[in-house]
Amino acid sequence: MNGRTGRDGRTGQGGRRPRLVPARMSGRDVVRVGMTGLRARPTRVFLSALGIAIGIATMVAVIGISASSKEQLLHQLDTLGTNMLTAQPGRTLFGEDAKLPTSSVEMTRRIGPVTEASATGRTDASVRRTNYIDKANTSGIAVQATGADLLHTLDGSMRTGVWLDSATQRYPAVVLGAESARRLGVQKVGRQVWIGDRWFTVVGVLNPLPLAPEVDRSALVGWDAAARYLGFDGHPTTIYERSADTAVRDVRSVLPRTINPRNPEQVEVSRPSDALAAKAAAAGAFTNLLLGLGAVALLVGGVGVANTMVISVLERRREIGLRRSLGATRGQVRTQFLAESLLLSALGGVVGAVLGAAATFAFASYRGWPPVVPSWALFGGIGATLVIGTIAGIYPAARAARVSPTVALTTA
Amino acid sequence: MTPENAPREDAEDSAIIELGGVTKVYPGDVQALRGVDLLVERGELAAIVGPSGSGKSTMLHVVGTLDRPSGGTVSIAGYDVAELSDRELSALRARHIGFVFQGFHLAVGVSALDNVADGLLYRGVPLRTRRELARAALERVGLGHRVGHRPHQMSGGEQQRVAVARAVVGEPELLLADEPTGNLDTRSGAEVLEVLRDLHRAGTTIVVITHDMEIAEWAARRVRVRDGLIVSDDGPGTGRQALAELRGAAR
Ligand SMILES: Nc1ncnc2c1ncn2[C@@H]1O[C@H](COP(=O)(O)OP(=O)(O)OP(=O)(O)O)[C@@H](O)[C@H]1O
Ligand SMILES: [Mg+2]
Repeated sequence: MNGRTGRDGRTGQGGRRPRLVPARMSGRDVVRVGMTGLRARPTRVFLSALGIAIGIATMVAVIGISASSKEQLLHQLDTLGTNMLTAQPGRTLFGEDAKLPTSSVEMTRRIGPVTEASATGRTDASVRRTNYIDKANTSGIAVQATGADLLHTLDGSMRTGVWLDSATQRYPAVVLGAESARRLGVQKVGRQVWIGDRWFTVVGVLNPLPLAPEVDRSALVGWDAAARYLGFDGHPTTIYERSADTAVRDVRSVLPRTINPRNPEQVEVSRPSDALAAKAAAAGAFTNLLLGLGAVALLVGGVGVANTMVISVLERRREIGLRRSLGATRGQVRTQFLAESLLLSALGGVVGAVLGAAATFAFASYRGWPPVVPSWALFGGIGATLVIGTIAGIYPAARAARVSPTVALTTA
Repeated sequence: MTPENAPREDAEDSAIIELGGVTKVYPGDVQALRGVDLLVERGELAAIVGPSGSGKSTMLHVVGTLDRPSGGTVSIAGYDVAELSDRELSALRARHIGFVFQGFHLAVGVSALDNVADGLLYRGVPLRTRRELARAALERVGLGHRVGHRPHQMSGGEQQRVAVARAVVGEPELLLADEPTGNLDTRSGAEVLEVLRDLHRAGTTIVVITHDMEIAEWAARRVRVRDGLIVSDDGPGTGRQALAELRGAAR
């Protein structure tokens, strides 16, 4: 039998007794005791953490998915470039449709920073699968004249076939935009379509052009062919130009004067990438309704945690009494239950953040977007659970602290 | 040192428990204690006996500072309980008093070692040291081979010995036990008593409440309680180790 040693504060003899000060519990011990409390009731812990997890997962997923979609649009913008401007005819002073001069493209090319310029010109013709279809039925497809340089200016590519070249521009050959090909049901090169009052041979089909959706809905023929077969007047209706990124602003300011020196006010300039940028900005703003739903789920989860903790305190009165008999102060009992509540909701928060991130990754890869989960959403979500855990734990912890130590002694 | 915590200069050196005219009235005008005077010296082993409802547990609550008396003075380990705050009482329990209850109150799913180590949780002892001391305490109660066992893997007697180890792991000056063998069969009860006897021999002051006359015989000092009053007491100091051993030898 080992002898007794006089440890910590035992004075043995002599009437002077040291002041009694409760020992501080280390943070590690607080967490350990909290974990022990949770481990004893795994099912209940799982279910009440689930509520929090669902709330956090919803919010993280909503934020993550909208961030991914924004990222996708920005990425698209990046590859498409923001250095393209278009110019279109506006209206005259008298309210009539203005026309761009036939020299517009050439004039545009003379602007120093402009690297490429091209144009399309709308004809009055319509395109149909066969000549039996009514002339008025245009399917929303415009027949436009254009030059060999358009494809390059738009940075477009062919889904099938070839683009117009110097030879095919002069003949009844047509390249279909992606959407027009779909509407006409023509996907193969060599098919013929009826334009104006004669057959044109489809020589190619374009891939979609996100910066020029109007071209997607066009049937494109050469300038010469348009003039010869479709009575085209030679006036372009849309000028496309690209310049160095840094010069876009300057080009924009001189473009109307350059294209139409006499009536610059009749030229309307726009930047197609602005629409995409606006879409990206809108995608970055979260879907408020879903976010609100997540918040409600989180709130319900918090109530679940509070409920679990209250029940836990009622069931564990003897444990509380025992701890008090071992020397726990009221404050230490309170801390223990607050710690449990915090751990419980933090568990839900972490699981929810992981689930939300997983949902974002799954959805983004399904849509072919780059998955993005902003770290502020993750940390914000987990931070929110800590706040919820604290609030949910305050009342149960206060109740636990009030439990009388004598209950430990009563009954087995 | 503030006046609240001023030591009792006049305290008898060896007195660990001093009750003077202690009364306890529960709500509903239940007079559980009606003027108890009790002096227990260090190193005593005392049995508190008496019929059910006589106020034994109430007395133990008051001695263990788990409850405050309605009247009278209580001095434990030299501290006047009336002058101590709830926090200070907690510290007093943590350092000076160990409890063993009829129910073992072990944490389910937690090893014997960690259950015992929790006896030092509120003493500011680091975990490693707590576990080392817990291992030693388990060996002391004869459970050195059961450190990893969970409560449900142990017999009632073993569980109560774990509870005893938890109560004494911090080497309290005073061990209070409320019917520690009440839930055990004779054999397991005897094992637990043997452990208590060893602790007493090693110097721990032990006050044990019991219905069991055998335990009462086994303790050197007997305090009989009836209707909230002490009706007979062998007297302070009679429960000292030396006397106990003398008696043991004479038997
Ligand atoms: N919390 C309480 N509230 C009201 N009355 C109580 C309370 N605790 C005990 N009593 C009463 O005080 C009296 C003494 O109770 P106590 O538990 O001290 O008796 P005991 O001697 O320990 O009895 P037993 O041997 O059955 O454990 C009893 O009449 C009991 O009913
Ligand atoms: Mg009792």
